[in-house]
Amino acid sequence: MNSAAVVDTIKQVIGDVVEKVKTPTPTRLRDLIRQIRSARTAAEERAVVNKECAYIRSTFRDEDAMWRCRNIAKLLYIHMLGYPAHFGQLECLKLVASERFTDKRIGYLGAMLLLDERQDIHVLITNSLKIDLNSTAQFTVGLALCTLGAIASPEMGRDLASEIEKLLKSSNAYIRKKAALCAYRIICKVPDLMEMFLPATRTLLTEKNHGVLITGVTLITEMCRKSPDTLAHFRKTAPNLVRILKNLLMAGYSPEHDVSGISDPFLQIKVLRLLRVLGKKDSETSEAMNDILAQVATNTETSKNVGNAILYEAVLSIMDIESDSSLRVLGVNILGRFLINSDKNIRYIALNTLLQTVYIDYTAVMRHRQTIVDCLKDPDVTIRRRALELSFLLINQSNIKIMTKELLCFLETADPEFQSQCSSNMVLAFEKYAPTPRWHFEVLLKVLLAAGNYVRDDVIAGVLQLVSEAVSLQGFCVGQLWNAVRLETPNESGLVSKPISEKQPLAQVAMWCIGEYGEFLLAGKTVCDEEDEVIVATESDILQFLESILTSNQSSLVTKEYAIMALGKLSTKFTSGLERIEKIMRLFSVNLNVELQQRGLEFTQYVSKHSNLKSAVFEKMPAMETSKANRLVANGELKPTETALPSVEPKKESDSLMDLLGLSDSTPPALEKLNSDKKAQVSSQPLMDLLAGLDFEPSKPPSGIGTNQSLDALLNIGSSPTLAGSSLLNGGDSLGLGLLGLSQPASSNIPSITAYDKNGVQLAFSFSKDISSPDNLSITMKITNTGGGNITDMLFQAAVPKSIQLQMFPPTSTTIQPLESVQQDIKITNQSKVQLRMRIKVSFKRDGVPITDQGEINNFPTATWQ
Amino acid sequence: MIKAILVFNNHGKPRLSKFYQYFTEDMQQQIIKETFQLVSRRDDNVCNFLEGGSLIGGSDYKLIYRHYATLYFVFCVDSSESELGILDLIQVFVETLDRCFENVCELDLIFHVDKVHFILNELVMGGMVLETNMTEIMTRIEDQAKVEKQEAGLSAAPARAVSAVKNMSIPQQIKDIRLPDLPQAIKDLKF
Repeated sequence: MNSAAVVDTIKQVIGDVVEKVKTPTPTRLRDLIRQIRSARTAAEERAVVNKECAYIRSTFRDEDAMWRCRNIAKLLYIHMLGYPAHFGQLECLKLVASERFTDKRIGYLGAMLLLDERQDIHVLITNSLKIDLNSTAQFTVGLALCTLGAIASPEMGRDLASEIEKLLKSSNAYIRKKAALCAYRIICKVPDLMEMFLPATRTLLTEKNHGVLITGVTLITEMCRKSPDTLAHFRKTAPNLVRILKNLLMAGYSPEHDVSGISDPFLQIKVLRLLRVLGKKDSETSEAMNDILAQVATNTETSKNVGNAILYEAVLSIMDIESDSSLRVLGVNILGRFLINSDKNIRYIALNTLLQTVYIDYTAVMRHRQTIVDCLKDPDVTIRRRALELSFLLINQSNIKIMTKELLCFLETADPEFQSQCSSNMVLAFEKYAPTPRWHFEVLLKVLLAAGNYVRDDVIAGVLQLVSEAVSLQGFCVGQLWNAVRLETPNESGLVSKPISEKQPLAQVAMWCIGEYGEFLLAGKTVCDEEDEVIVATESDILQFLESILTSNQSSLVTKEYAIMALGKLSTKFTSGLERIEKIMRLFSVNLNVELQQRGLEFTQYVSKHSNLKSAVFEKMPAMETSKANRLVANGELKPTETALPSVEPKKESDSLMDLLGLSDSTPPALEKLNSDKKAQVSSQPLMDLLAGLDFEPSKPPSGIGTNQSLDALLNIGSSPTLAGSSLLNGGDSLGLGLLGLSQPASSNIPSITAYDKNGVQLAFSFSKDISSPDNLSITMKITNTGGGNITDMLFQAAVPKSIQLQMFPPTSTTIQPLESVQQDIKITNQSKVQLRMRIKVSFKRDGVPITDQGEINNFPTATWQ
Repeated sequence: MIKAILVFNNHGKPRLSKFYQYFTEDMQQQIIKETFQLVSRRDDNVCNFLEGGSLIGGSDYKLIYRHYATLYFVFCVDSSESELGILDLIQVFVETLDRCFENVCELDLIFHVDKVHFILNELVMGGMVLETNMTEIMTRIEDQAKVEKQEAGLSAAPARAVSAVKNMSIPQQIKDIRLPDLPQAIKDLKF
């Protein structure tokens, strides 16, 4: 016997045990939470968490199976606090594969929280799920179903659909209800699999267990939404659903399902929702449910939230299906009761429902107008938002005056977020229903005063258009505007509500009108009626005002552009102040902003050297034509047949802008809906036309000045020869600056392309090549916001084949207002002359909602790479 | 569909977060933060609905919340859910928690966040309502706890043994063993 060997072995064993004992047991979850809670600063907490994470990582590396469960539990807690925990994904899968229920439970919980279908690791769980779905222990199956229902991907759905179908027929209700929701998830991901579940789903309706009924009804609702065939099929089951509902209504008190005196409100709501889907546009099915809906609507106890929840669903169903007229009256009356309910939640859903029903039953909603308008004063922002939306839908010819009064009151005190939306919508409503142009102008002026800088450009466009059209009112308008801006100027004593710097849109409108129609102001022809006050301004008054705007650093760039334009226009109207005008202009010939500098120079030339051209260049703009269709009552003739509701769509903004550009659009916008593509074309086309008049290459975008193209166009339009003229005039001067480089075409007519037009964003590429270096291509990309809402954080990324080099320059701006655009330059060096392709990624936020999209551009003209 | 269920306290500390739609970890934290800011600004006497939490999606989404003592329970849902129904669901969730923890308070949620998740998984699954019968939920939770307890009896033995050994703290005990002072003992030996 080799005693030495035995002693060695014993030593070894003891050593191992001592080693094992030395490695500390991991902290318990409870202790970790205590430690984290006792951390006094964020840094301390981070230190505790980092230490623990490092430890957990090391145990994962050591394949320590004994404490895996505890470590994952800790990791999930850390994850909830917002620290990265993705390194635990694989360990969750290991736990899931364990035999113990405790491990599985934590493992599946971790899988649900940490995994998602976008990660490859996700498919690894499929096998464990399959095994557990076939397990005999109900809770193991339950865990697997729950996980599958939360994270199933299309592939997993296909792989496991047959198991789910089998479990749908299980004798255990606990499993059946979970399987139904799994089936729901699977058909959401893979609609083709619906067929497979149909037979098993049908039997779910005969179920006694409420949990299974709820999930079964959910599943059927989704199926009906997805496929018209299934919908037709399940229409036959309407009587079954009616019976379920009837049983719930008639059933006495059952402690299991009772929620404050009502038997299973959740199931009732689900069934009512399904009935709505089934009865929509089908009079026969609707007929079958009329009675029960009437019963629900009359018999439900409404002292508690639950009762109202059911009533609310019933009303929605009544409104959606082809119900009796008497039933509808009942529904609208219930909504009327909701609207004066003291519970804010009920008021909110009443407004919400009225919004949906206003298209169905206009007069019924109209009856509640006063109550709705009163909700505008509610302290709750959610209710205000709904009420505002509804108020705009309720405006018509007969109530426009009174509604405008209410809305103006609201506008004055509203939050900024409401002000721009509200003012834009008001402009649309005025356009449709204004009784007289004078009233129209007066309310627009009030809107400009009330909403200040939150007014969007479409409002400005609307006012300018109105003034330009109403020839007899122009004097009055310019007088009123003069008064309005003068009262706001800081150096004026008296009424100073807000400084002019917070009312830039008003200043812009005033500037434009003074420029165009300043002669009325000089002559004092500012009266419309007898009792109007006569407003007169002297040349020096006006000049002083313009100068104060131009020199103030609180004026926005656009305002200054308007002001300098007005100055130019006035130079033909004034007799004495010409030197002063020239002096101001000269100041701007060295301005840092290219646009202002250019204008300053051009106009100085006209005023001094080339004054013979002046009167032609600064001629008065012709009246802008509108499509008369959206002026139903502009001439005072009411058209009672027209009861169309004012549609609140951004589409109109484009129209008014277009109109502003003096382009008569043949399609009356209120009648015909332009689809977005067409709109985009329309919006780019006129700009091109405009530029064609400027002697540029047709494919060139405007000379790269200013970010605000539509406004630029607006400013240019009266003086369209100016640009071309001035580039020639100043060609030799130092003033040519970048302008020449930009405007002189480098070479070749490569046709432009529209590279991308989705999500309300259009990317138009125009190309130019320098003859001296044919390998280099410069692309000027115009990013246009063709949808509604502001775009912020615009980011354009592009990738090209390896043999091509790509250089991106920053865009002129990363925020784009609706229907405006920014530019970004791209330089491409393609020495090997391979075909140019580009993979692009566009990401931006529209009104704060992030949107990302990718695409590939393959339609580059051959000339771009050959 | 329910897109997310968030529970946080009056200071915005998350106590439970469950997303039924994929968001990156950073995004999830941002959503929690933004939701807290939106919800905590509101008075108690306004309605329980909020529209347009910008992060979680467009106008179709609503935040429906209830405020209990120190905790906010926020459900983010799309238009396919009944607003008032969800309010009741929150009530059911909270009452179930109350039954499970016997007078639930914030501390229960902190120290038993896994259990809260298990309860939630019996109530809502994959963003859809699964079961609203509190008794049923309670029974299932208790049954599963029993299964875990049984397992702990059998297979937790080795783990318990190791921690027991560890608690004995052998190195210290070896040090603590008092052996007689040998040289002295030898001296004391009388032959």
